Amino acid sequence: MSDTLLTVKDLKTYFFLASGVSKAVDGVSFELKKGETMGIVGESGSGKSVSSSSIIRLLPPRTGKIVGGEINFDGKDVLKLNKKELLDFRGKDIAVIFQDPMTSLDPVFKIGNQMVEMICAHQDVDKKTAWNMAVEALNKVGIPQPEKRMEAYPYELSGGMCQRVIIAMAVCCKPKLVIADEPTTALDVTVQAQVLALLKELQDEYNTSILLITHNLGVVWEMCDTVMVLYAGNTVEYATTKELYSKPLHPYTWGLLDSMPKLSDENKGMLNTIPGTPPDLRLTGKCCNFYNRCPYVTEKCRAEVPPLVEVEPGHFVACHRQNLENKLVRGEVNEENEG
Amino acid sequence: MLKTILKRILQSIPTLLIVVTVTFVLTRMIPGNPARSVLGPQASPDAIAELEEEMGLNKSKAEQYVDYMFNVLKGDFGKSYVYNKPVTTLIAERIPNTLVITLTSLVIALIIGLAIGVFSALHQYSILDYVFMILALVGVSMPIFWLGMMLVMTFSVNLGWLPALGMGDLSNGLGDFISHMILPCFCLATIPTATFARITRSSMLEVINNDSIKSLRARGIKESVVIWKHALKNALPPIVTVLGLQLAQAFTGAILTESIFSWPGMGTMIVSAIDNRDYQLIQGTVLFIAVVFVVVNLLVDVVYMLINPRVSYESGKGGK
Repeated sequence: MSDTLLTVKDLKTYFFLASGVSKAVDGVSFELKKGETMGIVGESGSGKSVSSSSIIRLLPPRTGKIVGGEINFDGKDVLKLNKKELLDFRGKDIAVIFQDPMTSLDPVFKIGNQMVEMICAHQDVDKKTAWNMAVEALNKVGIPQPEKRMEAYPYELSGGMCQRVIIAMAVCCKPKLVIADEPTTALDVTVQAQVLALLKELQDEYNTSILLITHNLGVVWEMCDTVMVLYAGNTVEYATTKELYSKPLHPYTWGLLDSMPKLSDENKGMLNTIPGTPPDLRLTGKCCNFYNRCPYVTEKCRAEVPPLVEVEPGHFVACHRQNLENKLVRGEVNEENEG
Repeated sequence: MLKTILKRILQSIPTLLIVVTVTFVLTRMIPGNPARSVLGPQASPDAIAELEEEMGLNKSKAEQYVDYMFNVLKGDFGKSYVYNKPVTTLIAERIPNTLVITLTSLVIALIIGLAIGVFSALHQYSILDYVFMILALVGVSMPIFWLGMMLVMTFSVNLGWLPALGMGDLSNGLGDFISHMILPCFCLATIPTATFARITRSSMLEVINNDSIKSLRARGIKESVVIWKHALKNALPPIVTVLGLQLAQAFTGAILTESIFSWPGMGTMIVSAIDNRDYQLIQGTVLFIAVVFVVVNLLVDVVYMLINPRVSYESGKGGK
């Protein structure tokens, strides 16, 4: 049995809107191994959340549609699952933790009610057993007085508490993969660290894989084994975390890393930025999406879509200037642009 | 929660006092003489004066007001001179007739309206959604008296399928009773059905795109449970508000519908009371209706607290 849990190949998810077809995800490929954590980074609108929604096939009906690619989860072809199989796939195989814990729980039902509902939906247990399992799970994620919290409504708990409840709910069914979609964005910094530590702890215990979507590069460094950089719906770079931070290859990744605030800041408090804005997703797919913001742009970049190439073992990059024979060096003068 | 309810009951006392006062003033402003309408146009002036004295109409308006208030506080709502019966007896006689059609039509409206609303929300922008919403728009805009007359013309006069007037008698069998109810109930249910459908649709649409609903789906909860348990409960508050108003109206009787179909309910009684200048009966029924509205509104508030725990939390905090 292979140790690969999730394989996504050339995934394409489009939104069919009145104003045109928005290519939210247009060629995303990656692999996630059992027990590993992968980070997905990219700016807002780069397709991070749509990719994760596509994996559990939870897209807005009518507008959102997976139009191409393959998703393979533990030997299952996810795109071929029927309605009934999908119900078990969501929740039992994959648990999702959303950005805002306060809105992820149904406000008009008690915590206990929602946890028991989730457990009973995926496991063949009676309500009493499910209740006890829920209490145990709350205890495990560090919620004091779990019996009392079971009777609480979500609004009676803090954001960090709610996120713990959601994590507890996720671990009740022992999923093989947890998709954490910016799990700490809505939380205080101190609570963020606690929640991440909790995720790590549970991963070690259950050998769960984690897909961590974030735009916090620091979190990626702390948590992830591999990392994928998304830009305008494309995978632009994909490597192990160590490799990506020490030898980033894509000009966009360079820009992202440069934008991180540093303690020894030479720029006197000014942050580096990538000039320009991401392209309109209705117009992408004909050339390199990053060409208008890239200092190393060539004619080829404006004419052709760069393929995702494995330039070094395990290190993939989609850039015309980065290939096996000819490598672009960071900071190199762009001759074509000069002329 | 008890504290909130008690507070609301105390708050409703001034409302009721104002209702009593305004009705008193308004009834006195209707032109015409009650004693004359009781005795008929041929009555002698002496007889009229005698009856006026008996009814207390020869006293000054202020004295009449004080007397009336005093009686109401004692629980005495006066007596209708036209029917020669106490007002409370008359209301008690008419209320069951009214409730039979109003509650039946309300239940029908609620079931059909909710079903259409949920369906339309789930199939937003589908052809059926458009059809339902156009029908609902026609439904809320339909003038009831016109609809009633058209129904009578079609089903009673032209087709002869259903009786046009009056209330059936249970002694003639259940069939007779129900056949008399069909047209009035259809007429009464039209507007509430359309209102429920529209309000359910918009409320569900708001809820259905919530993160909490998306999370439930991501947790692998069955779609039917997501919609009918979670989404509907979240969408209930505006529906309950409308239901409360409709329920209160159910007690007041449907003045138009009852008049068209000669249904012996509260509605027809109010109309004839105004026609006859039956001061006590007008005042009594209006006060009764006001009490019903106050009670139903209180009930709506209690239901709010039950479906949305945050409501009682916040109002409880404010009450401290």
